[in-house]
Amino acid sequence: MSARRIFAQPARYAAIAPYLWMVLFFLVPFGFVLKISLSQTAIAQPPYVPVFDFAEGWTAIKAAFAQLSLDNFGLLASDSLYISSYLRSLVVAVTSTLILLLIGYPIAYGMARLPQRWQPIAMMLVIVPFWTSFLIRIYAWINILQHDGLLNKVLLALHVVSAPVVWLSTDTAMYIGIVYSYLPFMILPLYATLSKLDASLLEAAADLGASPRRAFWLVTFPLSLPGVGAGALLCFIPILGEFVIPDLLAGSGSMMIGQTLWLEFFTNKDWPVAAAAAVALLVLLVPPLVLYDRMQRRQLGGAN
Amino acid sequence: MVRQVNRMSPFNVTSLALGLAFLYLPIVILVIYSFNASRLVTVWGGWSLRWYFEFFNDRAMLDAAWMSLRVAAVSATIATLLGTLAAVGLARGERFRGRALFSGMLYAPLVMPEVISGLSLLLLFVALNAERGFWTVTIAHTTLTMCFVTVVVQSRLASLDRSLEEAAMDLGCNPVQAFIRVTLPLIVPAIAAGWMLAFTLSLDDVVIASFTTGPGSATLPIRIYSEVRLGVKPEINAICTMVIALIAVLIVIASLVSKLSSSEGKSAAPL
Repeated sequence: MSARRIFAQPARYAAIAPYLWMVLFFLVPFGFVLKISLSQTAIAQPPYVPVFDFAEGWTAIKAAFAQLSLDNFGLLASDSLYISSYLRSLVVAVTSTLILLLIGYPIAYGMARLPQRWQPIAMMLVIVPFWTSFLIRIYAWINILQHDGLLNKVLLALHVVSAPVVWLSTDTAMYIGIVYSYLPFMILPLYATLSKLDASLLEAAADLGASPRRAFWLVTFPLSLPGVGAGALLCFIPILGEFVIPDLLAGSGSMMIGQTLWLEFFTNKDWPVAAAAAVALLVLLVPPLVLYDRMQRRQLGGAN
Repeated sequence: MVRQVNRMSPFNVTSLALGLAFLYLPIVILVIYSFNASRLVTVWGGWSLRWYFEFFNDRAMLDAAWMSLRVAAVSATIATLLGTLAAVGLARGERFRGRALFSGMLYAPLVMPEVISGLSLLLLFVALNAERGFWTVTIAHTTLTMCFVTVVVQSRLASLDRSLEEAAMDLGCNPVQAFIRVTLPLIVPAIAAGWMLAFTLSLDDVVIASFTTGPGSATLPIRIYSEVRLGVKPEINAICTMVIALIAVLIVIASLVSKLSSSEGKSAAPL
């Protein structure tokens, strides 16, 4: 028996405590979300009819199943508020991801082209804002975007505009906030693939007569596609459920599904509908998550 | 030809500079304005520490800050313990039953929208009849941040030379001794970085804390969030600047620790 195998036994036991923790505080709670999304709304504390009573045994379980209803999902599917927030989440996530790609790609490309010893510093500079409070960074933008904020002052001083522009509480402000917050998530996977690119491929392209631009589109860009996919999904997935940024920066018009969930939960105190909205958001997340998992696996497979 | 390929074009330099300016300018402006003497956030009234004193006289904000620091310290510590164990189990354990489920559970919270995690944990706490406050927020933050710790520690473990552990065992260590004497010292920087990441993530979180806290135990981000919704206040600029300063100190410590250990790692490598 090799040392590697002997080591594996105790290492396996190391996983027991975190495993139990994750089952109890991550997996089981989803069961509760699912259960409550299928239960009736009630004006009580907690504001839903308990569906299950283990003490009463099998009859209670049968009764509970008879009580389960898809009413909340029916509500989600029929009420235009939910459908529109579902759609808005998709639109915002797709649009933001595209903007992030357009802005993030040149930055990652610039980083990958830096002299070797500058690259870790540039990477550190990109990561640091990610460590700095996300709420504070959104708040910093409110300072800048408000009516008599810095942006309007600069624009007025430069005579770009003649009167202050309303930035805050618009979709523009929301997109600025989202792009700003998620930019490191886009840059890092892009940089990871771009910096690993074999420079000799570009030399070969140049030797064969390709202009730098042509070499970029024929060689660099296609080879960076795994990074593009990883970055896009890494941004797209959390933006779908975004709550804080649209709440602070977007107007009070149409909401994203995360905001709808929050509103149902805290303002309307309708827990079953909030739970149903959470399940709906999860369903929305399944395809991109599966795609991301598959891409990661393919990349790992390719590395071996 | 080689030179042409590796040249930093003006386009590259510009995009990189603009990108970094975009990332840092808002924060720099916020910090500068936190020293503004004027009550109006947009009018510059000279340098002053007024809003910092204001914060230290604001009982509610101080309580919230203290709550946040406690939650962050306790949850980061538990998360580091559990996350490190999980990383060891995943990186060094043989295949065990439910391994795919385990790693899935550890990766999902990294991308899961916080509203879902927050709501589901709250429903659990309600079902368990747990009193909401310090411990429920701490448990929620532990669950989220241990996944980040796992990722950090696991990547360090994956890059370690396993023959070091094998050598230790050939020399008579049992697996646990080999881990404590050889592996653990080598992954300490990653564990420290994991703790600091967990600490800052907890200090930052508003969504999950809003779901899992009870009345009277708001964290700092929850208070900041409710103030910000009402408009910009100079005191908030000062609080945010202090949080940024705290995190900056942690980052500097983290990078020093990893620099120290990487030079140790070099001397250990020929082994």
